[in-house]
Amino acid sequence: MKKSQDDLLENQVIEIRLLIQAIYEKYGYDFRNYSQAHIKRRVINRLNLSGMANISDMIHEVLINHKFVDQLLMDLSINVTEMFRDPSFYKAVREQVVPVLKTYPFIKIWHAGCSSGEEVYSMAILLREEGLYNRTQIYATDFNPVIIKQAREGIYPINRMKEFTLNYQKAGGKSAFSDYYTANYESAKILDTFKKNIVFATHNLVTDSVFAEVHMVVCRNVLIYFDRNLQDKVVGLFSDSLTGGGVLCLGSKESMQFSGFNHNFESLVKNERIYIKKYHV
Amino acid sequence: MTPAKKYKAIVVGSSAGGLNALKTLIKNLGKNFSIPVIIVQHISADSENYLIHILNDLKCLKVKEADEKEQPQPGYAYVAPPNYHLLIESDQTFTFTVDERVNYARPSIDVLFETAAEAYRDQLIGIILTGANNDGSQGLKKVKELGGMAIVQDPETAEVDSMPRAAIQSCTVDHILSLEEIAAFLNTL
Repeated sequence: MKKSQDDLLENQVIEIRLLIQAIYEKYGYDFRNYSQAHIKRRVINRLNLSGMANISDMIHEVLINHKFVDQLLMDLSINVTEMFRDPSFYKAVREQVVPVLKTYPFIKIWHAGCSSGEEVYSMAILLREEGLYNRTQIYATDFNPVIIKQAREGIYPINRMKEFTLNYQKAGGKSAFSDYYTANYESAKILDTFKKNIVFATHNLVTDSVFAEVHMVVCRNVLIYFDRNLQDKVVGLFSDSLTGGGVLCLGSKESMQFSGFNHNFESLVKNERIYIKKYHV
Repeated sequence: MTPAKKYKAIVVGSSAGGLNALKTLIKNLGKNFSIPVIIVQHISADSENYLIHILNDLKCLKVKEADEKEQPQPGYAYVAPPNYHLLIESDQTFTFTVDERVNYARPSIDVLFETAAEAYRDQLIGIILTGANNDGSQGLKKVKELGGMAIVQDPETAEVDSMPRAAIQSCTVDHILSLEEIAAFLNTL
């Protein structure tokens, strides 16, 4: 291999580490234990779009330009999602988790890494259909304040409704999906009734701690971006937040098998990565 | 270093027509073929990963879905799960992301090839098979740039020829071969 290519790659590793360090020191957002391949892809992508010459230039821009930081935070937090994403997951929640939740007089749910809110509203709709929504409080959090604002608004492009409706049906929806939003020319707005029991707030899984005791934690497709140490720490955070018998829902490719907190949980729905916290841990 | 020890991984990208092509390729690999094979086949988001069952039934390589943080092992072929990009970390383990589709695809061949190229450098072989788009050609170019070997299925023999043709145009590939010839070549390594 050419020496220059090796050099270039080595320099990029150093520059990205310094960029991540700069974001951490200046703004407190900590990406130091994220998957490096993921961070690199997103940073190089932004570099190409920005027209800057190299990553070192991005470091200076991050320190002085708040708009650029916001942009980079959007790049580094993946906000690709959909309503009733992975319909089989929601079906499993309906069939196997709802019976557990029904035993509680009042239900508290923490949706961590909620992004633009689609999956939170999906859960609210499901709980409404199962007669549980009125006694449920959902805390929906994400580290990114811009995306939390979007989530709170609950407004999505109308052209996505067809896909969401299909997901809803596959997930075992009991009504017409169109009953749950009002359509405008370009957009669909989730009905306000689904917002009244949801609190949207910023919370950083990497740097913040437990803030409530809950009966269910939903955190899907967030851990895949973390290295093993950080995954372990965050699963510990979820374990501390959950009551005994509480439910933990991870993404369909996320597993607890490497986590030191593995023994705190047992599997409820294996394929859907739904776990129950043991009573005595 | 003997040639037998040189290559640590093979990445394979296929799209339309990929199922039959992958069957032929894997069926023709030797019983003791030991370089890990990592596959992105374009597949719809909600499909069960049926490809794994079909390839496993050939009783050649052990075929499984790639797991997060897993390290590829000799004697295995790994298939990217539907609706996730598969990336290779610098420590040569698997990572998934769910960010935007690349070339309309998730998993994308380019994403796998580009990250694998950086992780394995000159110890990587990239192979582009049949397909109806141009995913993989940027990735194959990167494999070449970082010292790896580029192999493309002969477009004349491909069920759909646009993906191999795009790959051949993107860089100077090392070999353009039929599926049987690709397998025979890999068996000599």
